[in-house]
Amino acid sequence: MAFDVFPNFGKPIRTSTNDLVDFLVVNYGDGFEAFSNSILFLLVRLERLLRGADPVIILVCIGLITFAASRRWGLSAVMVAAMWFIGTLGLWEKAMQTVAILLVAVFISVIIGVPLGVISARSNRFRALLNPVLDLMQTIPSFVYLIPAAMLFGLGKVPAILATVIYAAPPLIRLTDLGIRYVDAEVVEASRAFGATRWQILKGVQIPLALPSIMQGINQTMMMALAMVVIASMIGARGVGETVLLGLQRNDAGQGLLGGLAIVVLAVVFDRITQSAGQRMQAHRKVTG
Amino acid sequence: MALIEVQNITKIFGSAPDRELAKVKDGMGKDQLLAETGHTLGLHDVSLSIEKGEIFVIMGLSGSGKSTLIRHFNRLIEPTDGHILVDGMDVMGLSMKELEDFRRHRMSMVFQRFGLMPHRTVVQNVAYGLEVQGIAKADREKTAREWIETVGLAGFEDQYPSQLSGGMQQRVGLARALATDADILLMDEAFSALDPLIRSQMQDQLVELQEKLHKTIVFITHDLDEALRIGDKIAILKDGVLSQVGTPPEILLEPADDYVRAFVRDVNRARVLTVDTVMQPPALRITHDNMEKALADMRRHDEDFGYVIENKEFRGIVTQEALAEEVAKPGDSPSLYAFADDSNAVELESTLEEALPTTLEADYPVPVVCEDGRLMGVLSPEEMGSVLTPPEEHSEEADDGTEEKAKDEQVEAPAKPHALKEAS
Repeated sequence: MAFDVFPNFGKPIRTSTNDLVDFLVVNYGDGFEAFSNSILFLLVRLERLLRGADPVIILVCIGLITFAASRRWGLSAVMVAAMWFIGTLGLWEKAMQTVAILLVAVFISVIIGVPLGVISARSNRFRALLNPVLDLMQTIPSFVYLIPAAMLFGLGKVPAILATVIYAAPPLIRLTDLGIRYVDAEVVEASRAFGATRWQILKGVQIPLALPSIMQGINQTMMMALAMVVIASMIGARGVGETVLLGLQRNDAGQGLLGGLAIVVLAVVFDRITQSAGQRMQAHRKVTG
Repeated sequence: MALIEVQNITKIFGSAPDRELAKVKDGMGKDQLLAETGHTLGLHDVSLSIEKGEIFVIMGLSGSGKSTLIRHFNRLIEPTDGHILVDGMDVMGLSMKELEDFRRHRMSMVFQRFGLMPHRTVVQNVAYGLEVQGIAKADREKTAREWIETVGLAGFEDQYPSQLSGGMQQRVGLARALATDADILLMDEAFSALDPLIRSQMQDQLVELQEKLHKTIVFITHDLDEALRIGDKIAILKDGVLSQVGTPPEILLEPADDYVRAFVRDVNRARVLTVDTVMQPPALRITHDNMEKALADMRRHDEDFGYVIENKEFRGIVTQEALAEEVAKPGDSPSLYAFADDSNAVELESTLEEALPTTLEADYPVPVVCEDGRLMGVLSPEEMGSVLTPPEEHSEEADDGTEEKAKDEQVEAPAKPHALKEAS
């Protein structure tokens, strides 16, 4: 047989991956289920709260949160009107489902992303290892990890949340890293000179001064998480993504548009709230002199 | 032993400083080291003794290693070689925890660009050192408020640093450093970022505070005028090597090399030097009250002026001419103590600038008296002129010659007792 330019690496990779997933499902299925249940527990509570509450209360809350973040009544009114508009599209319940998934995904992203960003800011070696992983997380098509995720966690909300975290956490990690690295070296040095421990420096100086950048990361994470909503609906996550998917499947452009509008409005609301919170944090954090 | 002993600190920057240390110890210079190994010699074999309670100024241009050196004191930078002893304890031997404790209680620091935390109010910034120590909020803010008042910022406690001017921000930095009650204060170009007027106000404030607090202050600057103004001792650093260590008059009058000489040339010496560095012993002391005898003394020594002293206290000056006239008058001579003219004395601590008008107007060397009234020496316009002339830069040998001569005359002369002519 003639020498083959392309030895077949594809087959072993494919079979070993399948074997690994099978192996995990068979041997650690219980562990994955327990993990899945803990996320589900959180998600179900939140979803029940959001869907069960009177929409008027939710609208008032949106107004208050916007005001707390921006100190501007005008913006608060616009945000309330935007959310009301989603209700008028008949998508209120679905929007609340999406918001619940979004918040849990962002919560998990923050818990994983901020510590990783902090370590990455501390160690150039860790950063060099982490960077290609983050690149991979952002570029690899989400269906690729949705398949094993669905096998491990079952169809539904949990794999949707995990897929969202994988896709949406990288900007938060990067911006946390950047924020901490850009804290004025003299301020950190001053803190060291007064005998602060590494933890005291991190807690009292670096994190607070990197907060606008971290907030920017959270904002980016939210936007990317919303972009995953439609894909997440394909593995059974309910919400406005489902509406878009149904429109696609039934060749119903109108329904697709309604779902799309709701996603855009949600994106605008979350973006304005986190942006203005980030801007207010900037207030005294710039070093002058 | 001095409070702080800096022993043979060497700092090499680069990828493998320890490997290159041997070459530096064998005498390889900064340029050669950089060319051959790519390592930068930051400090080379620097040793200093800093006494308790003094303001010790380390002066050098940018790149001289002064900021690197001061960061060795509290180990913000680790040396490649050498030790720093504080009260006999080796700072380099401390564990991380001991070092944190040392930084909290023994040394505090003021930074060139202030190093304030922009997200904290003035009072929170000043209380930071105490917060790190774990002192309760109410206590630390109370202490912080006291220091804010001491540095003259009362009323600004709840402002943020960005709302203050540069000078005010550095006062916050100073208050923060003082609030921990550390006995050693490190000041890294603390006033360099300020406007000249604010800078001199801050210098005055520092000197004033130091009179009350008696800290040991290590002060870094690139400005010789500042060094001379506040320093009890000055160390001059060039390319990581000490050029000279001495008191301000020593630096001014006996520059150790061309580098120091070039620095010293532009200094307004009249404002820096005090009369005690220039005065000479008086030609003739008269320690009795007898006019005729005084006149005879003056004639015997062939002196036109005599300095009248009663029980060690200076009473005034008499000229031979005036004395002869008075003695020739009929009747009893008045007391010589009362007759002597004491209107033109200058004080020992005066700067030459302050003493200059009196010295130029008088026809005789002006007496210099100290606080308790004793005559310490005399000041003649000629000596003043020679001290105020800056050393020439180019004619180095001749220059050295005159410097040596000047030194003999002005600094050492008052210490030579055999130069005194006592008449009693």
